[in-house]
Amino acid sequence: MRIHFKTSYEHDIRLFPDRWSFSVYAVLLLIAFGLPYLIDEFYLGEVTNVLIWAIAGLGLMLLTGQTGQASLGHAAFLAVGCYTNTILIEMGLPFIVAFPLAGIITGLVGVVIAIPVLRLHGIYLAIATIALSILADDIIVLLEPWTGGVSGKFPEMITIFGFEIERWSMPTRFYYLVLAVTIICTLFYRNLLRSPLGRAFAAVRDSEVSATAMGVHIARTKGMAFGLSCMITGWSGALMGYYAGTFNNETFSLVISITLLMMIVIGGLGSIHGAFFGAVVVAFLPQALSIAKDMVSSGGVAIPGLETGVFGLILILFILFEPMGIYGRWLKIRTWFELFPFARKDMFKRQKSYLKTERLR
Amino acid sequence: MSLLKIENATLKFGGVVAVNDLSFSVDEGEVYAIVGPNGAGKSTVFNLISRFYEPYAGTFNFDGQNLLDRNADEVADLGIARTFQNIELFDHATVLQNLLVGRHRHRKSTLLDQMFFTPRVRREERRHREAVEEVIDFLDLQPYRNKMIAGLPYGVRKVVELGRALASGPRLLLLDEPASGLSVEETQDMRWWIDDIRKQMGITVLMVEHDMGLVSGVSDRVLALADGAKLAEGTPAEVQSDPAVIEAYLGAGV
Amino acid sequence: MEVLQLLVSGLANGCVYGLIALGFVLIYKATEAVNFAQGDFMMLGAFVTLGLTNAEYMHLPFWIAAPLAIGIMAVLGYLLDFFVLRHLFGQSQTAVVILTIALGFVIRFVAGVIWGHEPQTLESPLALGDVSMGGVVLGMADVAVIVVTVLMTFALYQFFQRTKLGLAMQAASQNQMAAYYMGIPVKRVQGLIWGLSGAVAAVAGILFASKGAIDPNAGLLGIKAFAAAVIGGFGSLPGALAGGLIVGVIEPFAARFLAAGYSQIAPYALLLAVLIFRPHGLFSQVRVKKV
Repeated sequence: MRIHFKTSYEHDIRLFPDRWSFSVYAVLLLIAFGLPYLIDEFYLGEVTNVLIWAIAGLGLMLLTGQTGQASLGHAAFLAVGCYTNTILIEMGLPFIVAFPLAGIITGLVGVVIAIPVLRLHGIYLAIATIALSILADDIIVLLEPWTGGVSGKFPEMITIFGFEIERWSMPTRFYYLVLAVTIICTLFYRNLLRSPLGRAFAAVRDSEVSATAMGVHIARTKGMAFGLSCMITGWSGALMGYYAGTFNNETFSLVISITLLMMIVIGGLGSIHGAFFGAVVVAFLPQALSIAKDMVSSGGVAIPGLETGVFGLILILFILFEPMGIYGRWLKIRTWFELFPFARKDMFKRQKSYLKTERLR
Repeated sequence: MSLLKIENATLKFGGVVAVNDLSFSVDEGEVYAIVGPNGAGKSTVFNLISRFYEPYAGTFNFDGQNLLDRNADEVADLGIARTFQNIELFDHATVLQNLLVGRHRHRKSTLLDQMFFTPRVRREERRHREAVEEVIDFLDLQPYRNKMIAGLPYGVRKVVELGRALASGPRLLLLDEPASGLSVEETQDMRWWIDDIRKQMGITVLMVEHDMGLVSGVSDRVLALADGAKLAEGTPAEVQSDPAVIEAYLGAGV
Repeated sequence: MEVLQLLVSGLANGCVYGLIALGFVLIYKATEAVNFAQGDFMMLGAFVTLGLTNAEYMHLPFWIAAPLAIGIMAVLGYLLDFFVLRHLFGQSQTAVVILTIALGFVIRFVAGVIWGHEPQTLESPLALGDVSMGGVVLGMADVAVIVVTVLMTFALYQFFQRTKLGLAMQAASQNQMAAYYMGIPVKRVQGLIWGLSGAVAAVAGILFASKGAIDPNAGLLGIKAFAAAVIGGFGSLPGALAGGLIVGVIEPFAARFLAAGYSQIAPYALLLAVLIFRPHGLFSQVRVKKV
């Protein structure tokens, strides 16, 4: 059992609450940096995929987990990030400028869209964002001169001051690039959480009236959350473009939007860990299924809808039995060991709650 | 010198007149209570001051500034903080975080500052924390500092909400039924706190309350409302013995 | 004349959207939840009927198979509530949204495994013959769709406005705890409404499959029905039908008169416009929360 004695307010402001958690994350980071020497290129590619999804998950988590606004349209912002990055580079900007700019532009697009959309609540917001995701597909086709329409685009090789990075021929370099972006996004996220803005997000999520009474501007705060969320999502989209090697109007479909939202729910809403846990599930589920299929029958017949079906089932089970997601389960297990043998069964029991109409918000 | 001055306030919901040509003023440093039967428009008056409702007519003046020029989220900046009748806390955050939201109006750092958590944000956070710790000490909330709101008992939540309002460092504190649902001991605590808020912190208090014991114990002046209009105003004793008030409470013919 | 033909075929399509939208609205009115799997319910209803009546499956007469399928879907709806949704009692709308989307995935997968992914046609007596009126040609199925939809909307509307159960359902959605205290068995009421919406979905499915082929992805139609429900305003049954008709009519006209590429955008653009300018639909029901 760990007990921290706090001796200054700094303790609650620091990135890591104590030495133990600092060392845990330090070891994790070391492993992450050493990974290319530990596993082969195929699995390194898979881990890269996990990290890219995790970045997208962080983006959506900021909006859904922290600010309480569910978006089913975030694939549209993956697309904006991806296309903007590629187009900027084609226009002659170096990667080191184009990539951050792509995220910022995605964020600004997000803010512009957020202004009318975020006045909506609950399901209306969900529906509006679904429409967004569907429209993105058609708009990409309509903007063919820039986007290449149905035939799509191929991102150019990344060069940072003459240093070349390519996903297929240099998976290790690409992995380090993605890892760097992941770390930066995680730090941004963490910093926001311990800042006034992060608390304003939570305030908006939990009670809009009292947030207003405390001086939080609801529309501006939501817009900020949407913009920041889109910015991170845009970066992830740009990386996804490189990872896939080619993309067109159908790459960032509604199914991707839905998968993203389900991913953070499975991972655990409202936590950074949740985005990573969820990403692991999304990225490795196809692998696990194909292995399972090989074990059941040797004939490799593709079953359409299997992945999404199983994914849906996993989600249902999580919502029913572990609404806090994988991270919630992890916390329970950890607490059990930390308190051993004093853990009680009902320590995490949920309070009974009743739903009141959201029509009277 | 009156801190809050409301004149001829009127609010209609559809055809129903919720507040009818109401005028009153709250002096700096006093505790001013609004009493009245259910549906008299007490909370509505609070919501008008908080700018949640747009008045049909009337002037709202706070410390020489026109409240009607402000949006609901700008009222806090003037130094007006409030609590709610049915407790509106941030349930999925800790007590500490809730209180820190109270400091929202005092933040100075920009978005970029916060993303990179510059030393400036760090300094600011420490100052906020110090201010919040004073409130925690004042209200004896130490045992709950890192507890989630969702798991706290009702009485504690009520105190946390008071704390959140205090953390914003207000000049005027609006308390919407501070004692409703509290036990006798808790109500007694609330009474002392309200006294101390006024005397030690010099904060003006405007409260809506049903518990006449609490009202007569802490308030300097009382306003009795019925059907959105002023029935009587004066010291607690005066209002309690006012025939119109007795009639409104107990019904005609008593 | 061409305009009239477009209008009529649009109306028939719109009625199917309207029927699915009715299912959404039913559940929303009674439980404040939104069933994003309603389109997949419709698809499943169509396949169950098809499985009962088509020659290569059980080959029951259509007029036995159809009521049977409606019954099966009603039971399925009730069981779904009993085993899954009841456990979400009191959780946020968003949780239900995500859950039902996942449910849609699962239903689509199961239907694909049982009935395959090839489009199939329902052997329905409704699918035979055309009616011609003043130069406008209408399939029998289209006529049936329009008639059934109007009748069902009317019946359900009366049910919510007039019957005790209907009013209890509305009360249960507005404040679960208060409804409990008033002696309304909230959970059972919610189960019933899920059953009812399952039945409505089956009717929509039968009509849809009579108009054309059906495959497991037909449930994606639900998204358009969704747009319809929103345009109509979520809490209103006639609104759902009106929204369905609007979406149904816009589609053929947009396809005919707008440039390719713009036409499929039309319903969603309208949806966004409605959401932005009338955030809660054309027949809105939202008031400000009291504090």
